[in-house]
This record gives sequence, C-alpha cells and structure tokens, in this order.
Amino acid sequence: MARFLQYALSGLSAGSLYALVALGLVLIYRSTRVLNFAHADMATVGTFVAFSMISAGMPFWLAFGMALLAGAVVAVVFYFAALVPAQRKGANHLGQVILTIGLAFILQGLTLYQWGAEPERFPFPLSDTKVWQVGPIFVSELALGTLAAAAGASLVLYLLIQRTRLGLAMRATSENLQAAQTLGIPTRGVLAFAWGVAASLAVVAGVFLAPSSFLDPFFMLDALFKGLAAAVLGGLNSLPGAVLGGLILGVAESLGGAYVSLEFKTSLAFILIVAVLLVRPEGLLGKEFQERV
Amino acid sequence: MDLVENYREELRFARKPLGRTLLVLLLVALALLPWWAPRAWLTHASKVWLLSVGVIGQNLLMGYAGLISFGQAGFLAIGAYTFGHLRIAGVPFSLSLAAAGGAAGLVGWLVGFPSLRLKGPYLAIATLGFGTAVYQIFANVEWLSGGRTGLPIPPLQPPFGMARDTWVYLVYFGIFLLFTGTAYNLISSYVGRAFVAVRDSDIAAEAMGVNLSRYKLLAFAISSFYTGVSGALMAQYLGHLEPQAFNISESMTFFVAVIVGGLASVEGSVFGAAFVVLVPAMLGSLRGAVPVLFGPAILSVLIFEPLGLAVMWLKTRLYFRLWPFR
Repeated sequence: MARFLQYALSGLSAGSLYALVALGLVLIYRSTRVLNFAHADMATVGTFVAFSMISAGMPFWLAFGMALLAGAVVAVVFYFAALVPAQRKGANHLGQVILTIGLAFILQGLTLYQWGAEPERFPFPLSDTKVWQVGPIFVSELALGTLAAAAGASLVLYLLIQRTRLGLAMRATSENLQAAQTLGIPTRGVLAFAWGVAASLAVVAGVFLAPSSFLDPFFMLDALFKGLAAAVLGGLNSLPGAVLGGLILGVAESLGGAYVSLEFKTSLAFILIVAVLLVRPEGLLGKEFQERV
Repeated sequence: MDLVENYREELRFARKPLGRTLLVLLLVALALLPWWAPRAWLTHASKVWLLSVGVIGQNLLMGYAGLISFGQAGFLAIGAYTFGHLRIAGVPFSLSLAAAGGAAGLVGWLVGFPSLRLKGPYLAIATLGFGTAVYQIFANVEWLSGGRTGLPIPPLQPPFGMARDTWVYLVYFGIFLLFTGTAYNLISSYVGRAFVAVRDSDIAAEAMGVNLSRYKLLAFAISSFYTGVSGALMAQYLGHLEPQAFNISESMTFFVAVIVGGLASVEGSVFGAAFVVLVPAMLGSLRGAVPVLFGPAILSVLIFEPLGLAVMWLKTRLYFRLWPFR
C-alpha cells in the first residue's frame, strides 16, 4: 500500500506538469483551433532565459518572471507574424498546425545556437533530495513545490477566465469569433493574449520540470506529447478536462511503470487513452462534434 | 482547370498534346538522370522517390479520406523491419517489398478501427500513441531490432555491371512511378470518390450509400501499405536499421511534407517530399543552421501560399496558359 501511495504521489507530481502543458494546449485549441507543436520549444526558450539570468546572479523570482514574459513574447510575436498573415490568406487548420511545427524548428535551432546541446544542471531553490516523511510515504520538497505551483497556476487561470472582463472576452471569442467581433471585442488582441498566457503556463511547467531532469534544448518534447495526450484525454476544449487528464495520465504512467513494465510505461499510458477515447470519443469532459449535415 | 466533358477525359492524365510531350520529356530526363547529373544528386533523388511513396500514402489518408495520423513512423518501422528480416533470411527484393507493405497494411487496418469513432485531433493523438508504442517496442525488444549493433541490410546487386547507385536510382524511380500511377488511378475511381465523400461529411456519405467502416479502414490499410513500402525502401537506402530512425520526428516530417506539398494532391505529395529532402540537403554545408533555416522555409511557403506547393504549381500553369500574352 505504501508503495502504491508513493508511486501515485510521484505520478501526481509529474501529472501536474502535464496538466500545465495541457492547459496551455487547450487554451490555444479553444481559441484558435490549432494544436500547438511549438509549445515545448516556447517553454524551453523561457526556461533557458531563466537559466541564464540565475547564472548571471539574479534572484530566482525575478528570473522566473522574466522567463514567463519571454515565453509569452515568443508566442505573441508568432501569432502576429505568422498565424495572422496565414489566416488572411485562408490557411486551413492543418496548415496552421504546420506553421507551429516550423516555429518549433526555428526555436530549437536558436536554443541550440545560443545555449548549446550540452545538458546543464538547472539551479533551483527547491531540492528533490530534501524529503519529509508523511505516514508511510516520502514527500520531496520539489514534488510538493511542483504540485503547489501547478495548483496555483490553475487557480490563477480559473480566476482570470471566470471572474474578469478579459476572461469573459476570451470565452466569448472562443465560443463564436464573428459574434464576438460584432460585439466590439478586439478578438485579435484577445487571441494573442490567450497564446501568451498558454506559453507562460508552459514555461511554469518547464521551470519545474528542469530541476528533475537535465536542461537541454529537447528536454520538454516528452512533456509536450504527454501534454497533448492529457489534453485529448480530458477533452480538447475543456480546461478542467486538461487538469483531470494530466493528473490521470501522470498517475497511470507512474503506476504502470511500477507494477507492469518500466520500459513500456508511455505505451501503457497511451493504451489507456485510446481505451478511454473509444468509450468517450470527445474526451472525458469535452463537448464537440455536434454537427449538422 | 479545363472543362471536363466525359469520364474518359477525366481519367486522362495530361489532356493536351503539349502537356503530354512535356511530361514524357520530363520522365525520360528523370529516368536518364544517372547519365547526366552529378553523383551527389543520385542519392538525394533516390531519397525523394522513396519518401514520395510514403507521403502519397499519408496524403491518401489525410488529404483524401480526411483522417489525420501522427503514427506514420510506426508503419515506416514495421515496413522497414519486415523488409530487413526477410532480406537477411534471403528472400528476394520484390517479395520482401510486398511483404513489408502487406505487414504495414495489415497493422494499418487494425489501427484504423479507432478511426471509426474518433475524429480530427483525437484520432491524431491516438495514432501518435501507436507510433510511440511501435518505437518503444523496437527500442526495447532486442531480437526484433537486432540489439545494440542494429540490423544490417544486404545491398542490392546491380545487373549488367551497372554502378550500384545507378541501379538503386532506377529501381526506386520505377517503384515510385508504379505507386504514383496507382494513386492517380485510385483517386479517380469509386474508392477515391468514396474517400473524398467521407472526408467532406461522413454522415452525408453514409446516407449516400458509402460503407463508412469499410472505406475508413481501407484508407488506413492503403495508406500504411504505401508507408510500409516507403519504409522498406528507406531500410535498403540506409543499409542499416536502428529504432532511432523511426521516432516521432519522422512522423512530423511526413506531416510537414503533406501540408507543404498540398493536401489532396498526388503531385503535391511529390513536391512536398522533394521539399523536405532537398531543402535541408541544400543547406547541408551550414550544418548546425539547418533547423534555423528549414523552419523559416516552411513558414514562408505556408504564409505565401497556405494551400501548398501544388496550388503554387497550378497557379503558375494557369498563368502560362495565355503565353505568349499577345
């Protein structure tokens, strides 16, 4: 039982990071109907910015704030410089997905060029060797911090979307773009803001993932695919679904690795997702596909 | 482009004598490439042909049947390893190639079952899971992947004392022509029109009497047959197989090739395959800068012409139809 709880806890901590990535992906999918394959690389850029600033001797919280800003700037610039012109020319959704893949190539190349391929140790104020014993299980400082950060970020996002005028505008825009425009909502700005917020969420995930693995230009790719899977599991247009999907995926993967097979733990998680999707094709909490012929 | 008056005209490949002449000239020039082009071009061109087969397969699935798959690397790996093991066991080239396509096609048919219920991005992620699973199986099961040393593929033996790269080029070009011709025939037949109907609205297609499950599964099977053959050709081309060659970025390459080339267009698939092979090859001297320049190349094509290179080609042809502009 202790073993089960221990693995469930580490799964929750990993899953909360997947949930953050998934939240960003869902936010972007809801507003622009684009699956963002550059999500990992936006986060990587932000994390590397934080890394450079901490190495230059800045306090962690300042570096963290700058990293969030850097990720958001990359996303907003991409939205205005690539997505908007392509949409004006009548690009379909798949074309826009490919644009994000192009951005991923560019960001990967630039991070490689700027910071090199050498794995770096990310200096982080919380350590994963300092542990507390709670009943039969051990909780590391890092796992606790990760859970707290994910919960905090989700809460801020919830308040932003449900309790502010800007959030209302975001919901209106994702519900019906033309109607929102007619009502005088500056939809371009709102969509760009959604991209920026999504990238910042990914940077939070990146900064908290970096200390438990090494920091190199590709360290977020695995988390991106897990985030995509989590988003689909929860339903691609449901924000609570993204959190639920991320947590379920993290726990399933951790328990699968512990009890079934360590090498195939990613495959096991994907099998679970396909099984869930066969029962609920729109994800656990998603609502889509009410089409008329 | 032109007014098509009857079914026979619709089936005809190049409709005007000038077009037909130019097409024949182009094909002859390409077939004789080993005798007039520098050696370095041959390997790149062979890679374009082998990739084209797979990209056409992916385009049949994605552009015509409207089913998105991110798991192409999985079919590629199944084709490549089936081919590799058969070749090592001494089975002749053509039989191994057919078996590679058949194995991938069978698995594709099975993978197609979720597509009966899933749509759009949900299907994409389910197939992404399939690709990841196949990669992990090949990376972890040693007797399948040949272990740490990988799987060496015996090279093709050229007849008549031909140079090996010339023979490889000709074989690949022949296979490419065969599969392209098949694809053109397929899309102008009942099957191709059924795919398009399913893509445009599956409910309406079903109401018109298209058997949805049969044609969705068929689309997956045909597409993965093409991809499996492409994987086998890639195995022969690389001469050495490692699971790393079939990770997720390979699926992304196929995806990029289809969209940059143009959805629902066979010649677009060839353009797309040429794009993903030749652009990095041209930038090859810059080594580390390849992704930094390949990314903007993708962006500029899609911002300039979101419907891909095929539409760019169509517009060029339309423009020159009035030549010499009197």
